[in-house]
Amino acid sequence: MKATVHVTLKNGVLDPQGKAIEHTLSGLGFKGIGDVRQGKFIELDIAEKDKTKAREQVDAMCRQLLANTVIENYTIEIIE
Amino acid sequence: MSKITPEIVAEHGLSKEEYQLVLQIMGREPNITELGIFSVMWSEHCSYKSSKKWLKTLPTEAPWVICGPGENAGIIDIGDGDAAIFKMESHNHPSYIEPYQGAATGVGGIMRDVFTMGARPIANLNALRFGRPEHPKTRHLVHGVVEGIGGYGNCMGVPTVGGECEFNKSYDGNILVNAMTVGLAKANNIFYCAAAGIGNPVVYVGSKTGRDGIHGATMASTEFTEDSEEKRPTVQVGDPFTEKLLLEACLELMQTDAIVAIQDMGAAGLTSSSFEMASSGGVGIDMNLDNVPQREQNMTAYEMMLSESQERMLMVLKPGKEDMARAIFEKWELDFAVIGTLTEPDADGNGHMVLYHKGEKVADLPINPLAHASPEYDRPWVPTPKRETLSPESVAAPTSIMGALKTMCGGANGSSRRWIWEQYDHMVMGDTVQRPGGDAAVVRVHGTQKALAMTSDVTPRYVFADPVMGGRQAVAETWRNLTATGARPLAITDNMNFGNPQRPEIMGQFVGAVEGIADACRALDYPVVSGNVSLYNETNGTGILPTPTIGGVGLIDDVSKTVGIGFGGVGQAIIIIGETHGHLGQSQYLMEIIGRDGLAMEDGAPPPVDLALERKNGDFVRGEIISGTISACHDVSDGGILVALAEMAMTANIGAKIEDVSGQLPLHAWGFGEDQARYIITTSNPEDVLERAEKSGVWATLVGTTGSGELTIGDEHSISVAELKNAHESWMPDFMSHPEAH
Repeated sequence: MKATVHVTLKNGVLDPQGKAIEHTLSGLGFKGIGDVRQGKFIELDIAEKDKTKAREQVDAMCRQLLANTVIENYTIEIIE
Repeated sequence: MSKITPEIVAEHGLSKEEYQLVLQIMGREPNITELGIFSVMWSEHCSYKSSKKWLKTLPTEAPWVICGPGENAGIIDIGDGDAAIFKMESHNHPSYIEPYQGAATGVGGIMRDVFTMGARPIANLNALRFGRPEHPKTRHLVHGVVEGIGGYGNCMGVPTVGGECEFNKSYDGNILVNAMTVGLAKANNIFYCAAAGIGNPVVYVGSKTGRDGIHGATMASTEFTEDSEEKRPTVQVGDPFTEKLLLEACLELMQTDAIVAIQDMGAAGLTSSSFEMASSGGVGIDMNLDNVPQREQNMTAYEMMLSESQERMLMVLKPGKEDMARAIFEKWELDFAVIGTLTEPDADGNGHMVLYHKGEKVADLPINPLAHASPEYDRPWVPTPKRETLSPESVAAPTSIMGALKTMCGGANGSSRRWIWEQYDHMVMGDTVQRPGGDAAVVRVHGTQKALAMTSDVTPRYVFADPVMGGRQAVAETWRNLTATGARPLAITDNMNFGNPQRPEIMGQFVGAVEGIADACRALDYPVVSGNVSLYNETNGTGILPTPTIGGVGLIDDVSKTVGIGFGGVGQAIIIIGETHGHLGQSQYLMEIIGRDGLAMEDGAPPPVDLALERKNGDFVRGEIISGTISACHDVSDGGILVALAEMAMTANIGAKIEDVSGQLPLHAWGFGEDQARYIITTSNPEDVLERAEKSGVWATLVGTTGSGELTIGDEHSISVAELKNAHESWMPDFMSHPEAH
């Protein structure tokens, strides 16, 4: 089974990287760009066959390593 | 406008009595924005309400002090028209919640305090205290904090040159991150926070304001935000690259005559900066919050006034200078907005803070009552019970002297901190003369022969056992560490980390420590010029060890004269300055080898600190360093003579043959006792040094000679320097290389 995880900064948390992207885009001539927020995308294979259990596993991974839950949110998708 | 209920008042941390005072000052019920402003202005952090009474007793003056406590940082004159500006500040709680960002923004905040006054930061130091190494969170916290400090400091291009790191179970649930910055300015171009000139523009520069770190958090977020399922993060995220731009832009503007006053937006952001500027200047401010650069949609007045977004400054400019200043900030790609004007005080001489938002007046607060009539408490306190001094004979000997030495040099608290400081860029700017790992860091004043020495110290277990003596010792140890590099100690900054001041025994620790610090400052002509207080460092009713961290700064006139701690070559004579009594109470030996924790009464009193003796011995050592007669110098502190000798040996990779001069004392008490006012020096000319010591009435003992690869005492005790060094260097990397435990 495959799992994908999106990790994004919580609303209201400053995103210096997003700010840098926005700034560079406007430097490259892209007009009307605003509020760029960036995050990370993680894809992994899991041996677990049960979808619910797989989600639980990935959820534990997110809490312990993949996301910093103090400032980040995450969403998990399990793909069979 | 919502009604202010007792619950809302309580959530803002105001007591019933304090709220009554609010009603009296306002003459009406405040609205939520006004209440929020009262709450942060009267918080312990901003008002020093529990500590003020005692802090006033600290000596703050000397002929070389340009500016003492009360401004963003303290300033001392270092000659030739130069000034050193420095301060230490805690970021304890945020660093426990989110170690990387907490520590990073702590470093960012203290650097802003320093460059707000017109100084370019030239060095950072960090005093860190973590829980037991075996506590499940410790490794994760060390990782995050060290990376955060390095991340911010390295990006700013300011070297991190020194500090401390200690592990103790009292910090298990409440780590301490105390960050210090030292900056350089011209003495005739210093900037203060007092606003002046009715009608002058109030200008906001730096990053945009977001909803970072808004306290009173739960209430504020349910009351004001749409997406109530997601609690507002109270952790601020720092952006060192923006701070670098802000630094350069501010320093550029400071080269013109445009600035009347400037204040950084630290804790309680726009509120505390605007109130401090207005109250120092005795004026009012009309502020239009619509003009505040905002990162997020639909921010309320409450949120803007309480936000702790980083990398922002507030300034008062001379009229007509706005366009020139704007051009500078826009060049550095920073926001610049005129958000208000200074106003006349009312008939009673009170300035008012009047806030407008979306065409409405949203707050009208008298400034002086709020800033100056903040509550001041004389909290009940009890003195800490006195402890007996342990006799040297009462503490058991180790099975092996050199085995004990190796254990101490290779333990959690005695081992090398290289793993930490190698992650910091400690050489950037090219002026670092003495790197981390010695007694004090030495940083050259760029382009001159002068240098500043800087260090941070405190021995919390001493302060716990005897706050007065521990307070003295913390100051004396910084003074010794500066002296050991050849510097003349000039002034200190104090960062007072304590538990809950509403408990009389904790308040007693605070009162005692302040007394001890004041004693030492007076005796050593070494005043306090800045500081910070962090109270309520507790988890589940257990306070941390009282930790008044002292940051000391000294001046070296000729940097070529400075010496380090490594043995100054082979065949040098080793002399101990200062008398040894074998004081083992509260010693590192007692903790690490006997396995005590220092809390029990029978762990004894800390070593007494004789300030006159400190001064005499220190002045002698400094004189010798400056006259070039000695080749190395190390102060004797944690672990006593043997640990000091081992550190000198390991630094130089040179051994030594030491005579057993313990005399009447047990050898372990002579070797590991922590008597104060002592130094170890090496010299190629021992007769002259000993003769001058005798003339000066300074106790000096020739104990041995450097050479070989072994550290040997008497005929029986020996260990190879390589073996010691291996133990010393491996503890921290070994500890940190374990997989992350959660």
